[in-house]
Amino acid sequence: MLTPNIIERLVGANENSPLALAIAERAEIMALSQASHDAVIIPKEPGGLSHAERAALAERIARLSNSEELADHYHACLETAGGDENLYVAANPEQAAFGDERFMEIIRFTDLVTRKPREATKQDIDALKAVGISEPDIVRLTEVLAFVNYQLRVVAGFKLAGDMQ
Amino acid sequence: MSQVVHNFTVSVPHWSPYIKPVELETASQEQLDAMKVTPSSKKISEYVLTLAHDPESLAVRSPLFNAIMYGRAGLPPAERELGAIGSSIVNRCVYCAAVHGARYNQLTKSTELVAKIFADETEAQLDERSQALFDFAVELAKSPPSLKAQHTNALKELGFDTLGVVDLVLATAIFGWANRLMHVLGEPVKI
Repeated sequence: MLTPNIIERLVGANENSPLALAIAERAEIMALSQASHDAVIIPKEPGGLSHAERAALAERIARLSNSEELADHYHACLETAGGDENLYVAANPEQAAFGDERFMEIIRFTDLVTRKPREATKQDIDALKAVGISEPDIVRLTEVLAFVNYQLRVVAGFKLAGDMQ
Repeated sequence: MSQVVHNFTVSVPHWSPYIKPVELETASQEQLDAMKVTPSSKKISEYVLTLAHDPESLAVRSPLFNAIMYGRAGLPPAERELGAIGSSIVNRCVYCAAVHGARYNQLTKSTELVAKIFADETEAQLDERSQALFDFAVELAKSPPSLKAQHTNALKELGFDTLGVVDLVLATAIFGWANRLMHVLGEPVKI
């Protein structure tokens, strides 16, 4: 049966394997991880960051992190949300992203927070404000980026835990 | 003038946001619920007030964080903290490292291991068990993650079971999230 929980689906632990039992032991964490996914990718109140933009950024983060299956999941989310062409281009870091000033600053911030969060400073937040992104939207954007970075590490780590036996 | 803290320390600084936090007086009911504001608990940190700009994610992330760090059985609490510390070192979240370094010291009643990690960061030389846990967290925290079978196998050889490894993955990964909020949206300042 297809589980609606994305982490469990991508990890694909064999039934009754030690990994499947460990994940079952952490069922509450799995449910809250899925609820977190829904809260940042398809929120009821998306503010100034559309569902399509969120899906495109999530796909980009997954691709930057060599998490191809998770990237494919977010590509499907992007198709469901129905984004413009520049979102499909931005979802693939191997292509040159294009868009308005606001969008390009969001892409720059996404790459920084994903690849080199340690280098982020107040200037990076000020740069988002300078292109007209509101403070609530800066928090929403950072939550999207931070969550996907959590999720892709759970998938990668669980897969290795499953190979351990 | 407040002074920004740049070096790792177990003396927990104050976290100062780059974003204007939500004001309790004007917060919506959804924001109050996400912050768990009740008549008896009105003291809310600036961090939570900042994250309340996005109440939907805050409402689910707080219980997720608590379940991962403080849930029953599985990996012992101090070893979960080591996952948190490994991620916070890689991502240089000085605030997170201070909170969880201090907690590790409190749980283990020793300061030596955290002092070594704060001095030598990812190159720190630790006892065999702590080294395997710390190296695992460091490799998983890197971007892109560079965790390999050798790191899970090292834990298996030391007697960790699958649930223990799963718990370490979760503790490290949730700091991939927390570090990207605390280090990106604000900075640690001396109280």
